Parts: sequence; C-alpha cells; structure tokens
Amino acid sequence: MSHGSGGRAMAQLIDELFYRYLGNPLLEQGNDQALFQPPPGRLVTSTDGHVISPLFFPGGDIGSLAVHGTVNDVVMSGARPLYLTASFILEEGLPLADLDRIVASMGAAARAAGVQVVAGDTKVVERGKGDGCFIATTGIGVLPDGIEIAGERARPGDAILVSGSIGDHGVAILSKRENLGFETEIASDSQALNDLVAAMIDAVPGIHCLRDPTRGGLATTLNELALQSQVGMLIREPAIPVRAEVNGACELLGLDPLYVANEGKLIAICPGDQAENLLAAMRAHPKGQDAAIIGEVVEDPHHFVQMETTFGGSRIVDWLAGEQLPRIC
Amino acid sequence: MNPDQHATGRLALHDATQGELIRVRGLVQGVGFRPTVWRLAREAELVGDVCNDAEGVLIRLWGSSAEIDAFCQRLMLECPPLGRIDGIERRLCAGAAPAAFTIVASAGGPVTTGVVPDAATCAACAAEIHDPADRRFRYPFTNCTHCGPRLSIVRSIPYDRANTSMAPFAMCPACAAEYRDPADRRFHAQPNACPECGPRVWLVGPDGADPTAADPQALDAVDAASRLLARGAIVAIKGIGGFHLACDATNAAAVAALRARKRRAAKPFALMARDLDVVRAICRVGPAEAELLRSAVAPIVLLDRLDAPAPGTAAIAEAVAPAQSGLGVMLPYSPLHHLLLQDWERPLVMTSGNLSDEPQCIDNDDALQRLAGIADAWLLNDRAIVNRVDDSVARVMGGQRRWLRRARGAAPAPLALPEGFAQAPRVLALGGELKNTVCLLSPGASQGTAQGGDQEAAQGADQGGCQEAAQGAGQEASPGVSQGTNQVTSQGTSQVQATLSQHLGDLEEARTAREFEQTVALYRQLFEHEPAVIAVDQHPDYRSSVLGRRLAEDLGARLVEVQHHAAHLASVLADAGWAADAGPVVGLMLDGLGYGRDGTLWGGELLVGAYRHWSRIGHLQPFRLPGGERAIREPWRCLYAQLVAGLDWPDVRRRWGDVEVIAALTAKPLAQLDALIAKGLNAPLTTSAGRLFDAVAAALGICREGIAYEAQAAIELETLARQALDEAGYPFAFADDEETWQLDPAPMWAALLDDLAAGLSAERIAARFHLGLAEALAELAARAAQAHGIETVALSGGVFQNRTLFEAVTAALRRRGLRVLSHTQVPANDGGLALGQAAIAALAGGS
Ligand SMILES: [Fe+3]
Ligand SMILES: [Mg+2]
Ligand SMILES: [Zn+2]
Ligand SMILES: [Zn+2]
Repeated sequence: MSHGSGGRAMAQLIDELFYRYLGNPLLEQGNDQALFQPPPGRLVTSTDGHVISPLFFPGGDIGSLAVHGTVNDVVMSGARPLYLTASFILEEGLPLADLDRIVASMGAAARAAGVQVVAGDTKVVERGKGDGCFIATTGIGVLPDGIEIAGERARPGDAILVSGSIGDHGVAILSKRENLGFETEIASDSQALNDLVAAMIDAVPGIHCLRDPTRGGLATTLNELALQSQVGMLIREPAIPVRAEVNGACELLGLDPLYVANEGKLIAICPGDQAENLLAAMRAHPKGQDAAIIGEVVEDPHHFVQMETTFGGSRIVDWLAGEQLPRIC
Repeated sequence: MNPDQHATGRLALHDATQGELIRVRGLVQGVGFRPTVWRLAREAELVGDVCNDAEGVLIRLWGSSAEIDAFCQRLMLECPPLGRIDGIERRLCAGAAPAAFTIVASAGGPVTTGVVPDAATCAACAAEIHDPADRRFRYPFTNCTHCGPRLSIVRSIPYDRANTSMAPFAMCPACAAEYRDPADRRFHAQPNACPECGPRVWLVGPDGADPTAADPQALDAVDAASRLLARGAIVAIKGIGGFHLACDATNAAAVAALRARKRRAAKPFALMARDLDVVRAICRVGPAEAELLRSAVAPIVLLDRLDAPAPGTAAIAEAVAPAQSGLGVMLPYSPLHHLLLQDWERPLVMTSGNLSDEPQCIDNDDALQRLAGIADAWLLNDRAIVNRVDDSVARVMGGQRRWLRRARGAAPAPLALPEGFAQAPRVLALGGELKNTVCLLSPGASQGTAQGGDQEAAQGADQGGCQEAAQGAGQEASPGVSQGTNQVTSQGTSQVQATLSQHLGDLEEARTAREFEQTVALYRQLFEHEPAVIAVDQHPDYRSSVLGRRLAEDLGARLVEVQHHAAHLASVLADAGWAADAGPVVGLMLDGLGYGRDGTLWGGELLVGAYRHWSRIGHLQPFRLPGGERAIREPWRCLYAQLVAGLDWPDVRRRWGDVEVIAALTAKPLAQLDALIAKGLNAPLTTSAGRLFDAVAAALGICREGIAYEAQAAIELETLARQALDEAGYPFAFADDEETWQLDPAPMWAALLDDLAAGLSAERIAARFHLGLAEALAELAARAAQAHGIETVALSGGVFQNRTLFEAVTAALRRRGLRVLSHTQVPANDGGLALGQAAIAALAGGS
C-alpha cells in the first residue's frame, strides 16, 4: 500500500478488489451515491467505526467485524438489515494481500447477513498514522410496523436472556494481541445476528429490548438498559453461560467475563411469561443454541444490576469508570 | 476531665444564696442525666430546676458559691454511666428562688440532636432478671436509663419512645410510673418495658411450630432455645442490632455444620461466654481486656488462647477459628443473652446471622427466609431492629484498646475534634469501599446557635431557653444575666463534633450498597445535618465516591476528593488530638491499597504533612499485581510478582530451585503472568504493604492458592510470628534518592529463601519478616523525620491492626526518640477513613 501521487494505480487496484468481493447492482451504478427505493416500513440506520488490533484473529478479522458490528446494531431494533456503506482508512504499508483478505471476508460476511455494500470510500494515510486499517460502516434496515423494541422498554417482571456464551471475542482478541499463548485457541464469536433475531421475533413479537453486549460486556450493557428503563436487574451467576476455556483465561488474567466484549451475542428482555417461548426459539437456532435465561428485571430506584454469586452472596455489578481497578483495601 | 480545674476559672464569688445558670455540655441527653441532677440537688437541699435544650442540659440552682461548687463537683463524679460531661459553664442569674427542685419539660425546638449508642445490660437490670421475686424475672427486654437499645431502635429524632420501634408498646401503669418518677432508674427510659406491656420472644422451629411446647422442661422460649443449643442445634437469635447464629462452641459437629451451611470456609467465628470466668478458662484476659469485655460497649475482644485450657474445660472446636492463635469473645450484652447463657459453662458461637459476605438479618421474616438453610430454629421477638448495628470488635495493643470494628455500643458517640476546627463547615464524609463508615462534622453544642456569632449571642439564646423552661414550669421568668461566664471546666478542645457511623460494611455487597444511601439519609436526619461540604475518596469507582459526587450535586454542597492515605493520616491525627495548626508529622500509612495521586495503587506510604498539606516522600518498592483483584485473592501471584520485581527469576531458580515454593511457582502459568507484568496488562502498579504480607505468607505455604476472607494470609502469618518472637529481623534495602525514601524488600527475599532452603521453621521466618519490616519501617520513618526536622510519627492503615508489627514499629520508633501517634478512638483500617476525610475537607479552603 502506498500513499500520494504514486498511488493512482493502487487506487484502481483497490477499486477492482471492492467490485470483485462486494459487487452488486447498486454499487456498480458507479456514482458517488447509491440510489434505491425504500421498502415499506420504518427505516433504521446505524454507524460504527471499527478499529481492532490484530486485524486478523481467530474467528474473524476486521472485515467481517465491520459487517457484523453494524448489522447487529441495526438488527437490535428488530429491523431487517438491507444495505451497508463502508469507509476505509488504510495505512501506507498495509500488504495488499491483507487488504484482499479483509475485503473478501467482508464480502462473505455481507452475503451471509443478507446485506449489500452499496457505497464506499477509501483513504490512505501516512505510515504511522493508522493501525493498518480502519473501517467505518453505516447500515440501513427496515422495521416492519408493530414491532417496538427499545432500551427503555424493560419492565419489572421481565426476563433477561442471553443468546450464548459471553466473553469469547474479547478474550480471543486479547490473547492473540498480547501473544498470551494459551493452550486452547479461543475464537471470537463475531457473527451477524439478523437471522436469529428474525426467528426470535417470529416466536415472541412482544420482545421489549434487544442489545448486543459489545464494548464493556454484559455488565455494562445491562447497566445501560437498567438506567434507560429506570429499573433494576437481578442476574444469577451460575446461569450465565461462559465457556470453560474463556473462564480459565479470565481467571488467569484476572478479568471478569461480565466486562469482556462480545461481537456475536445479544441480550433479550421480554415479558416473564414469554421467556420460555423465547428461549426455545433461540435454542432452536444455531446462533442461539447456548441461550439462557440469566435473570429478571426488578423494581429498583437505584437501578442496580445485582448478581447472586455462585457462592450465595450477592454483589453489585457496577458501571466502571475506567479499567477494572481493584477496590479492595 | 479534671475536677481540680474547677477552682481555677472562677470569676464570681457569692456567699449569699444566689441563682446560677449552669450549662452542661457533652453526652448529657437520653442518658439519665436530669434525674441525676435532680437527685444531687435534692440531696444537697438546693432548689431550682433542670431542663434539656438544644445545647445540652441547663440547670438553675440557688445556693451559695460553695454549695454550688460542691454540687458541680459531685455532678462530674456521678455523671451517669452512659453520659459524658465535656464542659460546665456557670454564671449568675437573677430571680427569686423557687420552692423546690424540679425537672422541667424540655423547651420546644430541636431538643435532642443526636442519638447515643446501644448499651449492654447494667448490673441492676441483670440482677432483676435473675430474681424470681422481681416483676421482670426472666424478662428479655429489661432495660433502664443506664442500659438498653438506643441507636438500633431509633427511627427519627427527637429520641422519644414514639420515634423508636418501642412505639407500638404502650406502657402499663407500673412501667409508666417508673418512667415518670425522677427517683426511678427508669425515669424517661424510652425503651422501658416489662412482661405485662413490652415485646415478647418466641421460638420457631423449621416446621414453623414452636419447639418450646414440645419441651415440657423448658421454662420459656429462651430456655427452650438454650436447651436446643445444648443438643447441638444451630439457632438464629434476634439480638440488639441484628441476628446471630449460635451453636455450642465445643461441639465440633455443630460448628462444622454451621460453617458448611453458612458457606463460610475459614473466617473465625466470634464467641459469647456467660462471664469472665468462662472466658478465663480458655483465654488470657489482662486487666485492660477484662475492662473492655465488661464495658457498656461489650465488644468482641480478640484474646490470646491459653496454651492449655483450664482443667475440666471442654475444648473449643478447631473449626471456630482455624489457624488462629486468638479467639474473639464477648460477654452477654442484652437480657436475652444473659438468660440464654445462664446455664452455660462453655462459650457459644455467636456469629452474624447471614450467608457469608451478606449483612446480617435484622427482620423476622427476612431471617426466616434467608437463614432457612442454616438455622434449626429461630428465637424471634416483636421489637423491630430499625438500624443494623454489628458487634464492635476490639483488641488491646500497646496496652490500649484499639477498635478493629467500631459499631454497637461505640457508634454514634461523638468524637471531639482537636483544636483548630472551630470554624469547620458541616462536612459529610462518605468513607471507603470496604468496612465503610460515614462521618458527619457538626458544630458542637456551644456552636449550635453561636456559630459565626459572638459569645453574647449564645448567652442570649441560653437565657431564652431558660425563660421558656422556667415558664413551662409555672415559675417566674428571671431576666438579667451577669456578664461574666464562669468557666468551670474546659477540655481545651473545639466544640466541633465528629459523628462516625457504625460499621456499615462492604459496599460491593448488594444489600449493603442498597442500604448505604438510606443510612446516610438517616444519619443526616438524626443529627440534623445539612452538609456544606461532601468528602469522598479519590478512587473513581468506590460506590461511596460515586454517591458522594451525586449527593454534592443534588445538595449544592462543595465536593472534596481526598486521597486515601492522606485520609488515613488525618484520621490518626484527629484521633490522637493533633491540632489543626500543630505542624507536620511523618506518617507511615500501611494498608491493602488505595487510589494514589498518580493513578497507581498505593499502600505502603511514607507521608509528611498534616491536614492541610501533605506530600508523599517515600513508599515500598512498587511492583505489579498480575491479574489485578485476582492477585489480591491469590497470594501466589503477589509472591511471584515480588520475586521478579526484586530478584532475577532464572537466578532464583538456580539458587533456590529445590525449595518447595519455587518448584510450586515454576509449575504455574508464569509465561502469561510475565506477559501481564511486562505489558502492565491488568497488572496495576502498587506499593501495597498488605500484598507484601500476602507474598510472604504464600512463600510459607499460607493461603498460597487463595484467601477465604480479607487479610486472611496476613492474619495467619502473624499467628505464626507470635510463636517465635525473639528472632532477628530480615534486612531491607533503603533505595533512597534525594527526595524519595524507598524500602526495597529484595534482600529480605534472598534471606527468606535461604532460610527456607535451610529448613528454618515457618514460625521463625514469619517472626523474622515482621521484625525486619518493623525495624526497616521505623528506620525509614526516622530518617525522613530527621531530614524534615520532625519528631512525631503517625501510624495508620489496616496493616497496623497487626499487633506484632504495630508493637514492634512503635517500640523501634520510640527507641529512636520519636513520638508515636496511633489510633485509639477509631479503627486504623478503612473504618476510620471517613474521620480523616472529614478533617481534611473541614480545613480545605474553597468556596
Ligand atoms: Fe486503606
Ligand atoms: Mg456499535
Ligand atoms: Zn439497666
Ligand atoms: Zn410494663
């Protein structure tokens, strides 16, 4: 990857690469914008910048992540995702082979998620001014009438479900980046959740909240929801699915899996009496086979997220101002 | 308080009978003070009256100077057991003498600010419940003005029965007569009760039925509970400030069952023994300890076990306090306990009624539910516990009482602040994260109406109160006050009071966190406290800090964030009476950890300064905690981190590879730990002294893989050290540059590993570590003190609850000619933090 005047040929190469892997009729219109007819229903849009080191990790790379991240943000409203746009910031010196891999992976991820990348842009920055590759994506989806899923809709008595094991992505990234050399390789859970969510809404149209617990993990996302809905939450530690190798790595590293990022999991909150239905629908789907009911929404003026621990105690699962700093004196 | 001072400050003499206004300040309300005044006045055949008002107690007395002198002297000497006189001021007052001496109803307005601590059953009440002829024979809620529940039953001020959980119990005529009679021990005893009219007690079995009925030999429910205990049962007992779980301490099976059901693996259980003789059969009890056990606080006192229990004494089950040389013991402090233990020649386990880590239950239904898997029976009663108050815990160190936990019986008695705090604003300090307490600074009695004003204003207010009181009694108003204030006694301290709450617990625990805000609100209400300043710790994530920041915003109060160890320093200074302007001291602050000014975790700090200014001039060698909080729970991590910080690991393996602990460490996932340490990834830098103790404990195989409760490793290490106290200490290196005094443990580690290789006993190694560290710390402090021209060293932080270290550091400092300040009124650990925060915030300028 080179930068400046000598980059003209390079720009063409990149364009070809994009058409090869991401090509679709809208992208191929060749204009500075994509023009399409909005389908019936309400439009949903979301945007996300993807910055990750390393660019390639077990279970994915920045290309697939850039699709999954934004698709999932659109999907958490209950919408069906349709289109993506992508903006690439490439650092001078990025091997073309790496870019090829990234864009190929992005294309595959988009196809799997049923979305088209309809507009894009590429900038190359000087060496040292980027971390190889940054990708910002914007997604557009359509939400059928009658579905109301939002962060402020959790109510006391609701059940809290999670679609599978937590902490996989964050631990995978950390162990790869820091070269921690664990015996078993831990793979990221990065995946698009559009089909899982569609199945869930089919089964339980009255879902109250959906959110993907990405940065800050399950703990932070539950706190966000509790605050937004002005409720408290009570979760049970033994009910929270954590893979043994993730748990082992967390114990060794001293990390709390509740605070570790995920990229292919969701939290669902639904009326308590529909929880079993929803759980069954999730478990019937390959992306939700380890789904679990992990707790319930309660009334609480403090909006605490509280966890009954494996040892029978109960502790506050807090917002953290920064990194996890020990508080024990 | 020295009654001789009486003679010195007098301005006015009168031989003829004249009226005097006598103002008494201190802990003089709700403790039976007015009846004492009444009795003394009657015995001296003096006339006048006495009333409570916003500033304490106000007495009008007619007599000669000499008679009134004598009266004041007796008042000082015969102050009621729960009271405390901080000062008496006298001045002349005109007006005609009344015909008799009377107790006058309280003048309106805010009469009782503040609430006194719960007090252990007094001797007179204890005698009554054991006297078959007494109407309170075997009555578990017997109390009087000298004893009984206070803080635990109060809902709001003023402290009147209607505002306590005794409100639903209407006094019978006999009790009401006692309550109204100034000559009676129960005059105005708010919780006064008897079997006719007061709360009752009952026993509940697991099936909900009352086992008392099934036991024809039982005298009553309390006796039936006692008999269940004798048969090995675990009984939940509702006490003064919460529930206990009790069982026979000599019944190994019962103790083991309690441990398993409570899910409490190792943390010692407290004991309750009927009397001192029972205690003396198992523990050494010195005079200071005996006094402490028998005090109205009746705390759990940590005592050394006898090497061999007295002959004929049943052995305490090993599981009561595993790997501990000491036992925590208390005496009965409520009539119910006295009755329960009446036939017990051996101690009962009396541990808090909770699942491990949770706060103890205070409510019947809650206890029935939460303790369902633990207790075999519940001894319940229908007097609600309004405020959870844990048992206080104390230990005698350096010949003095030291609080490890200040709660029942001690809180919320006010602490007098040293000189120089008179202008302090109203401060609310919210303490730390664990062992949390909160502290309120309030203008004391004399400041109640005079803050910012002059003395005349205060006198005017006095006069107004007196007039109202006098009129209320149907007497002549007596205007006209002599100008001089006859200062009878003075403590030489400001009148600003610090009220430190009872131990509230661990704010990471959900119930405690939930109740924290309520408790803060309750204290503000009980002490009529509208804070102008709110003080919090600098840690970004302490719950108390988060709440404090929000509260400051809500109340428009000024927020002061206080560094953790600066707060420890100020806490010990305020505790030891160090005046606001008395100049800097050297402070040795040793604890687990606190958030440092530089964002690292401090915990082995050498400070110089006082309340207003301080700087960090030294510390233990920093090292990384691999795995953050995990390293606090797994001492082997601290050990490895200490070794690689001070020594070269390949070299360690070459030289001491055969030593068991080095081999054990080698089998650990060290590559990952190295990665964490090298990258500083979840491996915060710390100077913690507590973690150094953990590391040494791990080297000796104590709690190497994990601790079951906070400070377990250090406590067990000290237990070992006490068994070999005459050793020479390990060397430490002084890595001082121009302005920083650092203590490097590397040479200690080399010597310790040599000793391990040579097969020296763990006891001797533990002792050598304690003594070496104490000597090095004292030397470090002494060098710093000399460099700064300072002669006083203050000690604070939880590590100084280690008696061996505390006594050795103190002795080593004194040998170097230094004066030592240490805690006697508040705990050295984070339980005393709020006092220091408050003192600093009080003097921190700003608008
Ligand atoms: Fe501390
Ligand atoms: Mg996002
Ligand atoms: Zn009494
Ligand atoms: Zn009665």
